[in-house]
Amino acid sequence: MARLEINAVSKAFGAARPADGLSLAVEPGEIVAVFGPSGSGKTVLLRMIAGMFEPDDGDILIGRRSVVGAPPERRGIGMAFQNFALFPHMTARDNIASGLRASGNEVASRVAAISKLLKIEHVLGHAPRELSNGQKQRTALARALIGNPDVLLLDDPLRNVDAKLRYEMRLELPNLLRRGTAAVLYVTQDYREAMAIADRIAVLIDGRLAQVATPADIYAQPASVAIARLFGDPTINLAEVSPVAEHGVLSADVAGARMRLGAADGAAPAGACWLGVRPEDLAVSSASSDGAIAARILAITPMHEKAVLLLRLADGTEWLAALPPDAPQGAADDSVFVRFTPDAAMLFDRATGLRIGASPRLKAA
Amino acid sequence: MEHSSLAGRIFRGVALTLILIFFMFPIVWIFLMSFQTNEQILRIPPRILFEPTFANYEALISGQLRTAAGNLQISFMRNLFNSVVLSSAAVLLALLLGVPAAYAFARFKFRLGESIAFTLLSFRFAPPLLVLLPLSLYYQELGLNDTYFGIVWVYQLIALPLILWIVRGYFEDISPDIEHAYRLAGHSWREAFTRIAVPLAGPGIAAAGLLSFIFCWNNFVFALILASADKQPVTVGALAFVTASGIQYGQIAAAIVLSVTPTLLLALYAQRYLVEGLSLGAVKG
Repeated sequence: MARLEINAVSKAFGAARPADGLSLAVEPGEIVAVFGPSGSGKTVLLRMIAGMFEPDDGDILIGRRSVVGAPPERRGIGMAFQNFALFPHMTARDNIASGLRASGNEVASRVAAISKLLKIEHVLGHAPRELSNGQKQRTALARALIGNPDVLLLDDPLRNVDAKLRYEMRLELPNLLRRGTAAVLYVTQDYREAMAIADRIAVLIDGRLAQVATPADIYAQPASVAIARLFGDPTINLAEVSPVAEHGVLSADVAGARMRLGAADGAAPAGACWLGVRPEDLAVSSASSDGAIAARILAITPMHEKAVLLLRLADGTEWLAALPPDAPQGAADDSVFVRFTPDAAMLFDRATGLRIGASPRLKAA
Repeated sequence: MEHSSLAGRIFRGVALTLILIFFMFPIVWIFLMSFQTNEQILRIPPRILFEPTFANYEALISGQLRTAAGNLQISFMRNLFNSVVLSSAAVLLALLLGVPAAYAFARFKFRLGESIAFTLLSFRFAPPLLVLLPLSLYYQELGLNDTYFGIVWVYQLIALPLILWIVRGYFEDISPDIEHAYRLAGHSWREAFTRIAVPLAGPGIAAAGLLSFIFCWNNFVFALILASADKQPVTVGALAFVTASGIQYGQIAAAIVLSVTPTLLLALYAQRYLVEGLSLGAVKG
């Protein structure tokens, strides 16, 4: 049982700053996904924790003990790599057992147990080059898990496996990882994977943690427009607006239509804002009404569980709407009207990109 | 091979045969010569069919060279022994020094690293004769002249850069993550080097070792200047066959056959370690 704590860690490589004052704590038994676009410093963070290089500044603690300066083998860390990093001259069995220092019988029984869990018992005698990518990744995971490490680092482990297997592993992994009491950091570039696996998601952008919150909170209440754009497929719709407050109601003109954005507590935010509305929060109908944006359907992509409509609003802005497949969709080139409820509207500051009116709880995080 | 036409196959066969004859003929001829007397060799026209004699080999092994001018002592077997000792010792030393150095150059960026690596390579640029004069003066001062150690040391000029640069490339091809993974599994830096890096670079180390052994074996000038008769390798010892009463072609041929044999055996033995592809499938990406 050990807590992983990262305190104001910074690292620079020349002009690049892949870590800029990062602070994050992971409790034993908790899975935190580190999510961010490529080049945001996710892998650098993992490698500093693993001891492949040291932070320029700040401290890393595992179970209240600083591990900065300690060699990797003394840190009590298990790690799975994106490129598997299996030992090519050893069998899968020897790969998995490589971290154990125990008697022959105990090694055998522990390897048997972990490989049963990961369903790779039948390939234990094979060399890595004889394994499929999925089996390689399972072997690498078994190797990381077998020593019951205090801290488990997973560097985008599903990146190189095919889609079907990735889906399977997304279902299996949370149970597997919660077996022990390891503090788990899971790096991924796929927001769906982060949402499926993690208890909390740490959004890393340009070496800084932009938001750390539960998957549901991040989706519903992104701290900034950049985060809002990273979560969701199709991505969030944006429009530049200048909200006004009248009679306790906040509203704004969106492509010529006056849209209610919620209750105004006090004055309207000064200056230009980004309005964000998730595609699934849009309602599309052929009937005109108050508070509806006139639009034209440019294209329809049926995706079985939903249909995605590409719309051109009256002012030329292109938005996407995701509708249930049984909803009336119309056809390309139809004129339609788009609506959304005030709770679906998110406002972001135009200059800083930060969310306006985020709840105090989120501001603290 | 299935898709080639009959004409293509015939052409390829003929071309291969021609090339093979061109390159193999001298070796075959030397081999045949080694079983002939000087008279048989110098006969015109030469004949493929002859009465084989082991006199050349006997002379080499017994060290007694009978010429028209009388009996000559030659120390060919001693030279052969010297060659084996000098080349093996030089390659072992170069591997001992060069493999860790190659690993350091491959894995770590350090000040002047590239300059040091390049300087080591530059030893191969200068013609050996250029280095030899100052070197022989140093050696006399240091008392290294005519010692096995001195020659093994000067052979490092040949073997060390070769091993360093070949093995470095092999280490660079190994994903550092494999070593990281091994260290995270609880092993020290030294264990990661000996159990992961060295086995994975094995084919490269074998190839570099073999190549530098051949280069050391075939070296002539260093030993000619820096060693006296009892420390000289075969390449220098072969000069003894140019005698006052003529050149002993038969013995030269036999000496060549004998001196090629160890390198050939080593190459055949090392061949299985030269097989590449050991690291295939280790990492993805």
